[in-house]
Amino acid sequence: MADLETFRSETRAWLEANCPAEMREPVRDEDDAYWGGRRAKFKNDAQKAWFEACLAKGYTVPAWPQAYGGAGLNPAEAKVLREEMSRINARPPLSSFGIWMLGPALLHFGTEGQKQRFLNEIARGEIRWCQGYSEPGSGSDLVSLQTFGEDKGDSWVVNGQKIWTSYADHADWIFCLVRTDKADKYQGITFMLFDMASEGVSTKPILLISGNSPFCETFFDNVSVPKSYGDDCPAYVGQINRGWDVAKYLLGHEREMISGAGGGDRTAAIGAAMKRAAARTGDDIDPVLRAELAMFDVDALAYTAMGEKFLDEIKVGKAHPAQPNMMKYVGTELNKRRHELMMAAGGSRSLEWDSEETGGGKPSRGWLRTKANSIEGGTSEVMLNVIAKRILDLPGA
Amino acid sequence: MPLYHNDDQAMLADTARGFMAEEGNITKQLRHWRDRNCKDGFGHGLWKQMAEMGFTGMLVGEDDGGLGMGHVEAGIVLEEIGRNLTPSPFLTSSVLAATALNHGSADVKGRYLPGLIAGDSVFAVAIDETAKHRPSRITTRAERSGNGFRLSGSKSFVVYGGSADMIVVAARTAGADDDDDGITLFAVPKDASGMSHDAVRLVDSSMATHTKFDNVELDGDAVIGEVDGGREVLNAMLLAGRVGAAAEGVGVASGAMDMTVDYLKQRKQFGRLIGEFQALQHRASHLYSEVEIARAVTIKAQQLLDAGAESADLMTSVAKAKVAKAARLAVQEGVQMHGGIGMTDEYDIGLYMKRDRALAEFLGDAYFHANRVAELSGY
Repeated sequence: MADLETFRSETRAWLEANCPAEMREPVRDEDDAYWGGRRAKFKNDAQKAWFEACLAKGYTVPAWPQAYGGAGLNPAEAKVLREEMSRINARPPLSSFGIWMLGPALLHFGTEGQKQRFLNEIARGEIRWCQGYSEPGSGSDLVSLQTFGEDKGDSWVVNGQKIWTSYADHADWIFCLVRTDKADKYQGITFMLFDMASEGVSTKPILLISGNSPFCETFFDNVSVPKSYGDDCPAYVGQINRGWDVAKYLLGHEREMISGAGGGDRTAAIGAAMKRAAARTGDDIDPVLRAELAMFDVDALAYTAMGEKFLDEIKVGKAHPAQPNMMKYVGTELNKRRHELMMAAGGSRSLEWDSEETGGGKPSRGWLRTKANSIEGGTSEVMLNVIAKRILDLPGA
Repeated sequence: MPLYHNDDQAMLADTARGFMAEEGNITKQLRHWRDRNCKDGFGHGLWKQMAEMGFTGMLVGEDDGGLGMGHVEAGIVLEEIGRNLTPSPFLTSSVLAATALNHGSADVKGRYLPGLIAGDSVFAVAIDETAKHRPSRITTRAERSGNGFRLSGSKSFVVYGGSADMIVVAARTAGADDDDDGITLFAVPKDASGMSHDAVRLVDSSMATHTKFDNVELDGDAVIGEVDGGREVLNAMLLAGRVGAAAEGVGVASGAMDMTVDYLKQRKQFGRLIGEFQALQHRASHLYSEVEIARAVTIKAQQLLDAGAESADLMTSVAKAKVAKAARLAVQEGVQMHGGIGMTDEYDIGLYMKRDRALAEFLGDAYFHANRVAELSGY
């Protein structure tokens, strides 16, 4: 414990010295974060300085081993770092699907050669990854995916289409579920890694109801994917035809991330903030709305306690393995409700679509964005199915 | 502190679960006493057994003969009481009254705690005066009279008031009805002259009284804590009682949910187990989520209260409200998913519905506590 307190005071001093003031403001939106990649540009000097300071310390991926670009922090130290960063509202120095998703999969399933290459690239922010899962005909029923990799000996030729690929138009590489055996539904999928600059890959942003285009359609037209990128570095994670195991493992991670269980307070109480915001514009909160805000705050604060309990239990292996599905379900439904109430409290001002006062329609676009929370990464209905089957053990589920 | 039970607490939970399932179950206790129209509303034999287990004095310090445990531990016992719908004065005597007496002088403790811990004297508490919980308003008055006080007024929803040996009464000794200050707590013996009870059986078969005080003469040493300074003690009682009621509610919710999920795995219609129907699966999964969250916020509140944290007040109201909502959902889904037999007295699920109704009302319902969450949050 004494060591941990030393680590805390050192961390606090280091953050004080290295985290610029501009990086202690909340990230305004997904464009305001630093995502790395071949085409990355820093928005300002502060973002660059903060990224470079963290990189030198291994703090872009603090809990990863030092050999792979991390700082090798143990869980207790990583928690201290998180707490100290959140104490000063320090932004993450680097945001990436490589850190959140591919990294955990490689740490669990990857070969040493894959870890050396890909994890270091992710940690240094050199390669920006995107995720190729959903297809037009395979949403909730993901395992029915049709994108096919034809075996050509040393390589595959991939044809097909992915959809809802987040930031595919900005990504350098893709981790992608590709069918490699049409005869076996579950054991006929390979978890492939390849370069988005490969010939035959194209992307097309999808305009959403929020007016933004964070997602793309991604097309593969005779894309040649080599089976190996060198010694001990295959182009697939896990085994050929066993990519579904990796995908399921990663979906668990994604659900934790979306549920907010990994941190963040977007589901915390909002009533007091709504009241203050209303007072600033000379408005008031109607009694019936106040009642709904109070009921929401009860649910949100209780869910925060649940998130804390869930993390405590994960650490000691007490959590039910399917519990992330419950967290995802409740967390996303709460977030939708939260934005409905914020829109109601904001009145006509929150309807504005591109005014300067609303930061370009933040309330309305944010509200619309939340509607995807309970669809992406497994719909609420799929989450409820999983709870019924794996936790409640209901028949035929 | 992690939000799960440590080894000692897990052991206590095993013991409590085994004991309450064996001795406090619905057949042996709730139905047994209800069907005999027992005027006390609970079994004294079980209460003595609970005393022998040490449960009755859990929240009393070791120096005063108790176990010196906290609200997490008391909550463990209460959850099992809730799961088995066990009628017992644990919440009123061992949680609410014990919390009050812990604030008393050495003399008060010495006089009352040994009997409470031994299970020989049962304590009730008289706080509410109207049909809804509103402890900010205390109109029952105690006027100084000689060396003591003369108590007049009336109280409602005094659970087990008719059979209790002592009643802890919150009365006004100074100020106006809605003042924070000027409250004093008194220990009133059951044979006090001028006190009368109108005993009523409640929907969950528990017994409560409307209790009237008509110039009840009390000695000066009936005072628990400071004269006029009782609000602090009352607030401590309310916190302990609310977090305890939340724990019991988690037990009620869990019991109803488990029974219902089991039923979904047994009952066949249209040639299939009804648990195969997605319409019911989704509702059961949603219910599971709500009950898990209610359990999480309850242990959070218990730990904050045990740690003496300032935020314990807010979190206790969050827990009481959340549990009330989750348990209400559990019993309503329970009866609906049981179908016709859910409406029969023979089947236990309806007993859960009744208990939830009474328990949620006790010390403030979901509306009261959600409103309190808003007030404590500044809106």
